[in-house]
Amino acid sequence: MADLLNDEPRVVSAGVDLFAAALAAQAVPVTTVDWRPPVAGTSDDLARVLADPRRPEANALALSRMLEAGADLVDVRPASEVLGLEPGQFLHAGPPVTWDRASGPLRGALIGATLFEGLATSPGEAEALLAAGSGSSVEWSPCHDRGGVGPMAGVVSPSMWLFELADPVGGRTAWCSLNEGLGAVLRYGAYGPEVIERLRWMASALGPLLQAAVRRRGPVDVKAIVAQMVQMGDEGHNRNRAGTLMLLRDLLPALVDSGAPSSDVAAAAAFIGGNDHFFLNLVMPAGKLQTAAAAGIAGCSVVTAMARNGTDFGIQVSGTGSAWFTAPANTPSGLYLGAFGPDDANPDIGDSAITETIGLGGFAMAAAPAIVRFVGGSVPDALATSRLMYEITVGENPAYAFPILEFRGAPTGIDVTLVARTGVLPQINTGIAGRVAGTGQVGAGLVQPPMDCFTAALSALAAAVPPPASE
Amino acid sequence: MIRHVEVRTGTYHDSVTLMQVSQAVQGEDGVGSALVAMATQLNLDLLAGMGFDPPAASPNDLVVGVVADDDGALGRALGRLESALAARGPGGSGDGGGFDAAPPRSVGAAARRDGATIAFVSTPGAYAFVDAMDALQHGLHVVVFSDNVPVEQEIRLKQEAADRGLLVMGPDCGTAVVGGVGFGFANVVRPGPVGVVAASGTGAQQLLGLVDGAGVGISHCLGVGGRDLTAEVGGASTLAALDLLADDDATEVIVVVSKPPAADVADTVRERAEKLGKPVVLALLGPGRPDLTAVAETVVTTAGATWAPPRSWPSTAPRTGPYPFVRGLYAGGTLCDEAMLLVSAAFGPVRSNIPLASAWALGPDLQAEGHTMIDFGDDSLTQGRPHPMIDNSLRIERLLTEARDPTCGVVLLDVVLGHGAHPDPAGELAPAIVRARNVAGARGRDLAVVVALIGTDTDPQRLDDQARALRDAGASVQLSNAAAAREAVALVRDGADG
Repeated sequence: MADLLNDEPRVVSAGVDLFAAALAAQAVPVTTVDWRPPVAGTSDDLARVLADPRRPEANALALSRMLEAGADLVDVRPASEVLGLEPGQFLHAGPPVTWDRASGPLRGALIGATLFEGLATSPGEAEALLAAGSGSSVEWSPCHDRGGVGPMAGVVSPSMWLFELADPVGGRTAWCSLNEGLGAVLRYGAYGPEVIERLRWMASALGPLLQAAVRRRGPVDVKAIVAQMVQMGDEGHNRNRAGTLMLLRDLLPALVDSGAPSSDVAAAAAFIGGNDHFFLNLVMPAGKLQTAAAAGIAGCSVVTAMARNGTDFGIQVSGTGSAWFTAPANTPSGLYLGAFGPDDANPDIGDSAITETIGLGGFAMAAAPAIVRFVGGSVPDALATSRLMYEITVGENPAYAFPILEFRGAPTGIDVTLVARTGVLPQINTGIAGRVAGTGQVGAGLVQPPMDCFTAALSALAAAVPPPASE
Repeated sequence: MIRHVEVRTGTYHDSVTLMQVSQAVQGEDGVGSALVAMATQLNLDLLAGMGFDPPAASPNDLVVGVVADDDGALGRALGRLESALAARGPGGSGDGGGFDAAPPRSVGAAARRDGATIAFVSTPGAYAFVDAMDALQHGLHVVVFSDNVPVEQEIRLKQEAADRGLLVMGPDCGTAVVGGVGFGFANVVRPGPVGVVAASGTGAQQLLGLVDGAGVGISHCLGVGGRDLTAEVGGASTLAALDLLADDDATEVIVVVSKPPAADVADTVRERAEKLGKPVVLALLGPGRPDLTAVAETVVTTAGATWAPPRSWPSTAPRTGPYPFVRGLYAGGTLCDEAMLLVSAAFGPVRSNIPLASAWALGPDLQAEGHTMIDFGDDSLTQGRPHPMIDNSLRIERLLTEARDPTCGVVLLDVVLGHGAHPDPAGELAPAIVRARNVAGARGRDLAVVVALIGTDTDPQRLDDQARALRDAGASVQLSNAAAAREAVALVRDGADG
């Protein structure tokens, strides 16, 4: 802390420029805040939350727990084993949603999962079953509520295989499905025969092979691979090429040595190596472990989840536990595949914004100049975006360092008070799903959460501030 | 004639900057009037007053209204608008294109980036608590210049500061000098043995000016905010500032300037002062108590120096009264108070927007009645517009109103110099004084103008030049506000020169 009367003053000035100029005219070092009023309607809530005596320590604790958390891949098992999921039970991305409000891609993925589980023999039959909703033989709930994450529609059914990760520091576990590749895939809402066929092969061949390899070689340090990938041009959301190849490098000897027929091993290796997004499904549960470590700290204003179901965007905040704060999801803007265009795009979908929640994805654009054009940007945009994200986060993660920013750590721990004060929203890189069930991926681009999620969370934090102790 | 109105979203500038931009745009040939402001209700009302249909906009939007003679004039006005907005000081909203770091967006982010020691917060009062709290929670001492901060927020800030061993100066701290660096409205003072703890900004400035003028230097001037010594706040910052100055080797004499504190608080402060081990002058301003000039004399003599009465530049204009009533047009609240005490001691009731007695309150239209003093720096008159130390226009308007009022004999003005204040107040006030005296003269009256000039020889505005310009305009100039008020009393009492 500064010795007020004896240290040379170095000033931060917020407000009237004239006074900053008067200080600068006295040859005093002045940093001028590019200040603007907070988001309309938030000033009372901000004052209450900033007055909460628990908050500074709570946020510091959240940050240190996020930085300490590890992420090891420890097993690969079916969801029925990992979660005790029963036939007819599904999990999905984002906050809870009913069938009548569910988006095209989520409906498509649920239809596909119903077909995959053999609960219906045609898409029409599956849709009728699902539309009957709760009380019938099917039900669905968010992946996050069961300690896991799913990309895009994020639909998980009992027969699908999951990566299981453990945090050796906090003792927590998290999970994520296996990545199917790009194009017409279940997570983008496609449910054609080739989609179901691929899911069957993943459950019968790929999953067991990965299980054998992981069990044979022992845990894979996913956090260490993430640390390396962001120094190799991956941002961990829309580019996972380096991460995927490093995972394959780590698993291949055990795969070869597993005793499985070489043709099966070759097929698995070709599938993993040919899918640049395979490792996304390990970055995501690593992110879930990191944010779960910071969850449930009273008075803490750090975001622990950002997730979308294709209809609503939802966030969770440490100080308000598992409550979801939702608002209608925005539609990404970016580049489209083939003949697809903006009219084909579904609103934002997927739990993959967990990557931004830990400072990767859109927050790490500075680390991934190779893909800025893919999401419709430029390199200066990418640098500016990453730099801007430090304005709404409580700290930096030295484990995930960005070389081009002088190895500055990833901006970590989105603070809802900073979002409301600055009006700066988290930047998310994302895939774009087709609006109509069954379409699949139509593009990739950039999107932001709706501000209302953050202002609603701020109100809830304000309501939870204990009254000042009377004297 | 063309009326142009537009709303720009995503752009924020402070009210002082926008006032200056508006004036620049208005100065273009063929521009009738111009308003460039954040779209607060107050500013939208102003726009309506200019004859515009106010557009739909929120307080976070910039609204521009221009009345121009023709397309050419409008084009020049908008061009001037762009250049004036682009010329605003450091930390503008321009983005660095990604390769340069953009300016920080919050106090905490700035503190983390550049390792600051102290924050200066002058954001609007409704938001200042959050910015000040952010500063404290990042380990920074903080000067809160902003006014209109709720008292419970002030209490919370000072509690946080105490917990962290930090000092909160303010809210509503107009003046601070820390190690020779002036914050807010602050005078350039020579270094020396006197440490000031001030609950009043202009009170502190008067003291700095008079002590420095007597050749005695200042170690630090720590503002604490006008409410610090109330029962609610309990003197939290005053006590913390006393402790800091007690441990400061440069400080040999301490003076505490405040209105009389709440009784309990007064006892606590007195107790602390007695145990400090250094002489402490408690300058508690009020009826029957020494004025600021007398306090300055005590401080100067306590510091072992010789006191001489502060300088003055008497008016060269012949005094041809009578001078029925005094009208005070003040920028500084404490100076206004001091003048009211002196005038009221001589003549009884003094009407004011900050009255000494509630029965003497002015109506909302501030219509003068008998002896009247207006504090143009009061919170209620500064919402949505710059402080009168920066912007002379309201006081000049009022000066001309008084010139036309046959009951007005003497106008008493304070002109405050130093960092942050208008760069050349006399440059605007002197012509206005000439005009006002001419207006009164044309009505067969001599309008006496007495100026309390608050500042030091080393202030950037050049005190001597300011004094001479005001004197040449027909005013009488005093460095002591109390002396200025007594001169006004004498004019009323004695009428013409003896």
